[in-house]
This record gives sequence, structure tokens and C-alpha cells, in this order.
Amino acid sequence: MNDISVLTGGRAGDGINSAGLLVAHLFNHMGYQTYMYFDYPSLIKGGHNFTITRAADQKIGAHRDRCDYLLALSQDSIDLHRELIHDSTVVLFDSGRVQGDGQGIPVEEILNAEKAPSVMGNSCIIGAFAKAAGIPFKVVETVIWRQIPKDPEKNLIIARRGYDAVGEKRVIPRAGDTCCPLLTGNEVIGLGLLHGGLDAYVAYPMTPTSNLLHFLAGTARDFPITVVHPENEIAVMLMALGFSYAGKKTAVGTSGGGFCLMTEGFSFSGASEVPVVVVMGQRTGPSTGLPTYTGQADLQFILHAGQGEFPRLVVAPGDPEQAYVWSSIALSLAWKCQVPAVILVDKTLCEGTYSLDEKAIVVPDTGEPEPAVDSGPYRRYEITGNGISPNRHPPSRDAVIKVNSYAHDEAGITTERADMVVIMTEKRQNKARALKGETDLLECVKTYGNKDASTAILCWGSTLLVCREVAESRGIRVIQPVVLSPFPEASLKVALSGIMDLISVEENADGQLRTLCSQHGIAVNHHIAKLDGRPFSVEELEARLKEAI
Amino acid sequence: MPSQNLITGAQNTWCPGCGNFTIQFALRNAIQGLVTDGIPLENIVLVTGIGCHAKMGDYLDINSFYSIHGRTIPVATGIKLANPDLTVICCAGDGDAYAEGLDHLIFAAKRNTDITVIIHNNRVYGLTTGQYTPTSPLGFRGKSTPEGTPEEPFNPLSLMLASGAGFVARSTSRKMPHLAGIIGQALRHKGFSFIDVLQICATYFNMTELYDRQGYELSGHDTADFQAACRKVEEWDYNRNSPIAFGVFYKQEKTCFEERFRRHQPSPGGREEQIRAFLERKR
Repeated sequence: MNDISVLTGGRAGDGINSAGLLVAHLFNHMGYQTYMYFDYPSLIKGGHNFTITRAADQKIGAHRDRCDYLLALSQDSIDLHRELIHDSTVVLFDSGRVQGDGQGIPVEEILNAEKAPSVMGNSCIIGAFAKAAGIPFKVVETVIWRQIPKDPEKNLIIARRGYDAVGEKRVIPRAGDTCCPLLTGNEVIGLGLLHGGLDAYVAYPMTPTSNLLHFLAGTARDFPITVVHPENEIAVMLMALGFSYAGKKTAVGTSGGGFCLMTEGFSFSGASEVPVVVVMGQRTGPSTGLPTYTGQADLQFILHAGQGEFPRLVVAPGDPEQAYVWSSIALSLAWKCQVPAVILVDKTLCEGTYSLDEKAIVVPDTGEPEPAVDSGPYRRYEITGNGISPNRHPPSRDAVIKVNSYAHDEAGITTERADMVVIMTEKRQNKARALKGETDLLECVKTYGNKDASTAILCWGSTLLVCREVAESRGIRVIQPVVLSPFPEASLKVALSGIMDLISVEENADGQLRTLCSQHGIAVNHHIAKLDGRPFSVEELEARLKEAI
Repeated sequence: MPSQNLITGAQNTWCPGCGNFTIQFALRNAIQGLVTDGIPLENIVLVTGIGCHAKMGDYLDINSFYSIHGRTIPVATGIKLANPDLTVICCAGDGDAYAEGLDHLIFAAKRNTDITVIIHNNRVYGLTTGQYTPTSPLGFRGKSTPEGTPEEPFNPLSLMLASGAGFVARSTSRKMPHLAGIIGQALRHKGFSFIDVLQICATYFNMTELYDRQGYELSGHDTADFQAACRKVEEWDYNRNSPIAFGVFYKQEKTCFEERFRRHQPSPGGREEQIRAFLERKR
């Protein structure tokens, strides 16, 4: 099996993310599946940034504790990653900035000779990498033409100089003919929302979902959507509810701190039945925590956020294909059932770049909301069999549309009548059953790996792909609930049949999915926690699993 | 089907003598004026916050969004952006708009969102039974400040002028025809319109005597002169007993927030085609 890792490192501001992405594109055009992890501190200039681009014959979504090529644009890129370097690692570095064992490339000299701006230094290193890896220059040309919109001609000249500056070191074979779109999780979530009919997106910048805001703001040229960046997350949530009331399918995006500010509005969405979708990208908490690192410590918060009781949909996609499908579903079901929905993701998935398997993207038809039938004067909260009332939007002739954060009657007028408070609570419970009925039609729990194994990893969200890789090599099962609210207890119990030993793998201390499972009578034997904000590498999870079983 | 008089059957629970009654009927009359002008009633949306003022959402038989405390303006902004054909009115309290949600008020003025904001400024928290607000006078003895509030009020009109508001006015629940006239002008103003309504709280802060004695209607004031407006609004600082002017202080039309958003021309292939094209570029 081909399995190659390339570490690209430099200072913040060097465009390391773009350089790592070009490496991924080279592999992509060599027929590989790719995954790129981007590690950066929360600053703009000067700190150490690196990417690990991994390529393999099969689908991957985790990095390894080794690198086969190291592209160093700064001294730290070698000094801080010595543990990843092995005997056959090919080290390529900018000889003007870095001293080390390996092949130096006089990047600055080349740029000066060609009168090229310093930003093109990446193309030089990429050219050198391609040569060292035996990647034909034709592939470099294709990638640069496709992926560098600004002055590709000049970039190609620089890449060629880099290509000619080194010799072939460790040749990468062509792996196949497939060439996938390479997308970040944020982009995939955006596309899934657009597929689901998104009309408006409202967000205040916050890592790791800022790039979703940027992506959708950019696509507002091509898609009929309105994108707004208001004064704070409180305004974000309330503005979204305004859009929704006026008939627009609307999503918001944030991370834990921003969602704290949104929770009052989130509860309002639950009470007023004005739907909204929240893209909640977790990072390392508590509080500001590690802004640019990952975590899965917000599950219990999301399940309980907001005062009072109201139904909510919470989905936690684990890979980009699931992210596309479930973002679309979340939007559709939120509007069909008139509930708030959360797409619970994290920095790893949001900012990681993946080869997207388009064939694996099949969005189930969740059906349309029932059309409003005229039965006398319009009442926004009319009691119906399934708790879901006709949802009309202004302007609507002969209908007065009243939504309300207070306890209200069917017309939406405030009430403190004891019987009406009970009726409306039961209405929301009815809606919760309707929502459960909808999710029961979907594959809420995914199972991977050895179906006959008696040991399984239980995971949620972005750890799916590392868990799958490790489980497949060890011959065990992976069970991933994608829907976390309403909790798919029955499907999960089916998926668990024959399992004697259940190990949860979560990037939190408490074992939050484990706790949720235990509330539903499902015992988890071990909890493998990850607390440092970095995603599991394949080797690390293998070692931790070995300790556990 | 809304009722002819635009009043719902909800039981009214404002205190006897409450200034909200005046505001309710002034607003109702102004809305009826809009309908007479040809604006369909179903195109009008009222957004209210939380507090005594907010019961307006229950009492007026029009589309309404009874929001949470302090959050009328972002909701109204969303509604207006979603459908610029709607006429969007916020009724907010001074606690709502000047304390809990002050940020939104400033941003609405800054953006020139085409909404009308009516502040029921009774200068006291009524529904929570009598605490000071941002416009209570220094030394106001409320339940949370038994020794008197230790902070001076701010002047919301100065704040709005500084924030870029294109329509800045003040009226009072003591002058219903004046108030209805000001609301009518505000509703017809293209852009962000702000009205501070000095409202009587019959139970916790009855300023009837002060407003009747000190209040006067603006005349001969040039509403296009920003500097004159700034000087005029400083005549009363919501603290001392100087003359209190009622009327439009400043009025200027400029481009609205909604107009600056690109109205997308749908592409022939639709969404799926655009998604495919995007994916293609990412190979």
C-alpha cells in the first residue's frame, strides 16, 4: 500500500496552508486519496505553521507520526519535527533560511533572478518536491494552472527552477486515474447547506468556522444567498430568526464561545418554532482555550443549551461526505419540523482538507413540509396531529402571523393560562416525536470495519476516519452515531449486537458520548480521551487502543 | 383576517394611565395611514422586545415577532434583509434598546437599515417593578438603587446622531396627535428612523408634570442641518430640568443597508450546476 506523508513548514504568513494544499493536489493528480492537516497558532505573522499532507490508495482522514518528505521554509520546520523524521525522509529546505541535512534550494536567489515576489517561494519548493518525488513536471503544470489563479505563468517558471534544482530522491508511483475535488470541511458544509436550499447565512468570525463565512460570502456571487456579518453572535442568532420568520432558510456558524452568546436565541427558536441551523465548530476549551486547535468537549453543552425543554436536531458528521449529506438534511429537517438544528463539527473537520468522494454523496429525500391548508383564521401555533403547525411568512394575505417567545396560545398571543402552557408543551413533545420519526427513516448510526468483531470503537464526529483506519487494521468494528439528538437508541443497540467490549474514542476528558450512551442503558467499557487539542495520529490511536484492550 | 380596528381580543394589562395606550393608538393610526396610502397591511411587521411596551405585539392585530429582551433590532434587520418590501417597525423599551441591546441600536443607525424604531422611554423598568434605566436621572431611587442611582443618564438622541441615524425624533405619550404624526413621518422615511418617546409610567415614574411643563414642539428648526440637530438635542440631557423639545431633529435620506446587498441573478443551471462547477474547480 502506498502511504506517503509530507510535512510542509514555515512561518505564519508564508502561505503554508496553500503550499500544503498544492502538495495535496500533486498527489491528487497522481491518483491518490489525500488528507491535509493544518496546524497553526493563533497569530497572524511569525509563529510556526505546518501542514501534514498524507496520500494513500484508500480513503484517509488522519495524519501519521512520520513524514517521508519534509519541506522546510523555516528552521523550526526541521527543529520542531525531528521525531517525525526517519532514515529515508527526504528533507528539502530553503537554503537561505534553513540549515540542515538534506537538499537545500536557494529560493531567494531564484526569486531574485526571475524578479518574482517572495510569495512565489512556495512554487519553488513545490517544484523541488515534485522532482524529488519523481512527479512528472506535466503534473506540476496542471496543478499550477488549475490552482494558482494569480500569474500561473510566472509561478510555473519558478516551479521549474525548483524542479531543476534537485534530483529524484524517492519516487512516488502513480496510484490510479482518479482525481477528486479537494475540499475543506467548511467548504463541504457550505455546499451541503446550499444543496439543502440555504437562502441566508449569518455569522460573526470565529475559528474554526470563519472560513465557512468566507466561503459562503464568496459564493454569494454565484448562489442566490444573502450573507451577513453582524456586530456579535447575539445579533447573528436573532437576525437569523428574522430571516427565518420572513421565509428564508437560514444558517449561522460559530464556535463554543459564540454559541454561548447564541443560546438565549437558540431557546427562543425552540419556543417560537422559528427554525434555524447552527454550524458549531468545536475547538479546545474551556473559554477561549486554544482557538486554532480541535476538541470534542461541547457535546453535552449542545445537547442541553438553552433554557427550558424543546426538541432539537443535533448531527455530528464524521467525514466530508457525511458533512455534505447531513448539512443538507439538517436544514431540511429543521424547516420540516420547525426546530433548531445543530451541525456539530470541530476544527479537524472544518479546516482539514479531504479528497471528496462524490459518489458517496447521496442526500436522502426528507420530503417537504406539509402545505398549509385553509381552516379558518390563520393561527401560527395551530394544534395539529404531529405538533407541526402550518408555517406561513409575511406578507401572507388575510393571515396575521404572530410568533412569540412567551408562552402563547395557538394564535401566538401571550398567555399564562395553565392549560395552554401544558398544551403547548405537549405540542413540542409531539414535534419531538415527529422529528424522531423523520430521523428514524435515516441511517443515524454508521457501522464500519469487521461486522463480526466482538470489540468496537464508539466514536462521533471527525475522529471517525482515524478510528476506521485503526479498526480496519486491527479487525474490530467502528460504530458512529451521526445523529445525537434525538438519540438513535434503537439503531445504536442494533449496531452493538455481538459487541462485548466497547471503547469510546473522544477528544474530551469526561467521555461525553459515553455519558450519553449510559443514559440510554448502553455501557461503554473504556474511554480513550484526547486532551491536547491535536487530532489523533494513526500511531497514537493504535497505541492507546493497545493499552485499553 | 385582521380585525377592522387592528386591535386583537387579547386582554389589555397595562396599568390605568399608562403611556403605552397613547403609543398604541398613535401607532395604530399611523399604520392605518400607511394602509390608506396603499401599503398592504400584510406587508407590515411589528417586532417587540420584552417589557411593558412589548405587549404591543399582543394587542395590535398585525404580523408580529415578540422577541426576547433587547433583541428587536437584529430580528427587524433580518426580516428587512430577507424581504425589503416589508415595512418593519420595532417597539422597544429603554431597558431593551439602551441597556440590554444598545449595540444593535447603534449598528442599525450605522447601517441605515430601513426600519422604524420606536423607543417607549419611560426611564424606568416597569415590568420588573421599578429599577433605574440608562435614561433615569442621576439619583433616581429604584429598587436596585435605594440610595439613588450613582450614574448619569446618557442622551439617546446624541448617541443616534453620532451613530449615523438619518431620522432622529422625539415625542411623548402626552401628545398623541404629535406622536402619530412623527410615527407617520418615520414610517415614510426611507432609511433608519428613530423616535424616542418620553412615556409616562403611571406606577413607577410619573413624569407627567415635568413633560407638560418643560416640553415644547420644535418649530423653525432646520432638520437638514446636522450641527443644528446636535446642538438642539443637547438642550436637555435627560437629567436637568431644561426645556424638552419634541419633533424631528434631523432628517437625511441616504442609501439603505438592504440596497447595498447584491441581488443575485439566478444562473441558468441553478444550484446543482453551480455546486458541480465549484467541485470541478477544486480538482
